[in-house]
Amino acid sequence: MSADTLVPIAAQAVVAGRRRRARRRTVVTVALALGVVLVFAASLMIGQTIYGLDEVVRVILGETVPGASFTVGELRLPRAVLAILAGFAFGIAGVTFQTMLRNPLASPDIIGITAGASAAAVFGIVVLSLSETAVSVLAVTGGLLTALAIYLLSNKGGFAGTRLILIGIGVAAMLDAAITYVLSKAPSYDLQAAMRWLTGSLNGATWSVVLPLAAASLVLVPALLSRGRDLNVMRLGDDAAASLGVRIHGTRVMVIVAAVALLAFATAATGPIAFVAFMAGPIAARIVGPGGSLLLPSALVGALLVQLADLLGQFAFDSRYPVGVVTGVLGAPFLIYLLIRTNRAGGSL
Amino acid sequence: MTESHSLSAQALTLAYGDRTIVERLDLVIPPGRITAIVGANGCGKSTLLRALARLIPPREGQVVLDGKALHGRPTKEIARTLGLLPQSPIAPEGIAVADLVGRGRHPHQKLMSRWSAHDYEVVARALASTGIEELADRSVDELSGGQRQRAWIAMALAQETDILLLDEPTTFLDVAHQIEVLDLLTDLNREHGTTIVMVLHDMNLAARYADHLFALRAGQVVASGAPHDVLTSELIREVFDLDALVVPDPVSGSPIVLPRGRHHVTAQPEPVQTGASDGHDR
Repeated sequence: MSADTLVPIAAQAVVAGRRRRARRRTVVTVALALGVVLVFAASLMIGQTIYGLDEVVRVILGETVPGASFTVGELRLPRAVLAILAGFAFGIAGVTFQTMLRNPLASPDIIGITAGASAAAVFGIVVLSLSETAVSVLAVTGGLLTALAIYLLSNKGGFAGTRLILIGIGVAAMLDAAITYVLSKAPSYDLQAAMRWLTGSLNGATWSVVLPLAAASLVLVPALLSRGRDLNVMRLGDDAAASLGVRIHGTRVMVIVAAVALLAFATAATGPIAFVAFMAGPIAARIVGPGGSLLLPSALVGALLVQLADLLGQFAFDSRYPVGVVTGVLGAPFLIYLLIRTNRAGGSL
Repeated sequence: MTESHSLSAQALTLAYGDRTIVERLDLVIPPGRITAIVGANGCGKSTLLRALARLIPPREGQVVLDGKALHGRPTKEIARTLGLLPQSPIAPEGIAVADLVGRGRHPHQKLMSRWSAHDYEVVARALASTGIEELADRSVDELSGGQRQRAWIAMALAQETDILLLDEPTTFLDVAHQIEVLDLLTDLNREHGTTIVMVLHDMNLAARYADHLFALRAGQVVASGAPHDVLTSELIREVFDLDALVVPDPVSGSPIVLPRGRHHVTAQPEPVQTGASDGHDR
């Protein structure tokens, strides 16, 4: 950077300090990205049959490799891509909410937005007997409507983050009850499909499932990243951020819509993978260090979580478990840890 | 920062819901001076300050900056002229002092731009003039109350605005740190001609440090002018509903308010005896 030759001596210490913190962020972010790529490669190679890296690369490049073309190209590749996309989406949407509401509990899987998408999907499968695509559309709509309802309910007489979280937790409980009720009435042949909407799973991964999420990510992820700096300033409180020139209301609405849409698309593809949206931000905050925007690191942590949890669920135990079961087992103690810590320190992220 | 900016309220009405806080209020902030807004709890002084900083949209009337109404103008453009330090801003957990101060550069930076040499220089200067250079890399969580308030003021300085509004900048500080913060703001005013407007609880500090006072009562300006001219026992009675003696402060010569409560009051109101404490024996 050209800055150091131009700044006066007194500012050199500021330059050095900022550069040190920025270097940590860069190193961690690059390491996370490398981790995502490595686990991606591993998940293409590992399975009933183990393929070498060269075979995997040839399949990706479009060559026909006997056996590998189907197993890697049609089964493992969509699953591995979906793991990254869904984890990325859950991670970035989760940390967006947590940053904006200045509370790690404000993640969309805790405040009922994911439950809204799931409830709509289960209703679509069991009651309306819709096709897979129609179910996805319904899930996205359900997520957005739930978010809108929570926002409107909590916005009475001024926006308040804590109220939104409490209302969201209530809404989540109601929606979970509704899901359980619908499932208890469901014919057994629908249960298999409906169960995905309870735990979250990558078992349904095909290109037709991956593509809508990929397209949504292409639009919504840059939209969120472009608001990273404003979100970071909003952590100082609404008044401070507004007097620093952040358009509070506009930024908030834009960011909520983008995050909820992304989350709903991800939920439509995989079901609600438990606690990924909730865990990614706080984990990223701890390894990246304070100060900078957490959006990208959290997205990468989310992707890595889903990838690793899916590998664990598939191969670490006697029987195969959906990815959501593994993240659920990891996430519950983490929730308790954060609750205790937040209570003690009143910390934000 | 040579040009002076003008800030005024015209027939300003402010309300939360259907509760009117301020009604048809007019005032002109004296440019290049230190102004204090004083008044009892709930008189609307913080609300007025937030409206002057465009954080509350006016119900009626307008706030005018340099001849143009504030509301509806690009907020980032305003943020380069007008800064506000809120009463209780939130420091993100673990943030370094220099990074917090650096947030003040936000209105001067573009969407994805990196820090310029000027950004670094301004932050270093803000740290130096608030006397916290050596704390630059420390976490804000570790600072004492006085140091933390200086870090926030440094952030406001890094914003490089010609008008700086502060909502009770001395709350939660002990008396030494209160004086330190007010001296710092006076330096800023004298050296750069920055217009300073602050809400203050302490009448005596307001009288000493402000060039101009606005006394508010129930959302109305009841007195406006230099502390010498407006601060009288009648005004204290009107604003605070309090019986008080107002005498010249032997240290600064500015008026000082000595309240008469129900206890510890000698029969003779005057003259003031330093060190005597007759009241305590009763």
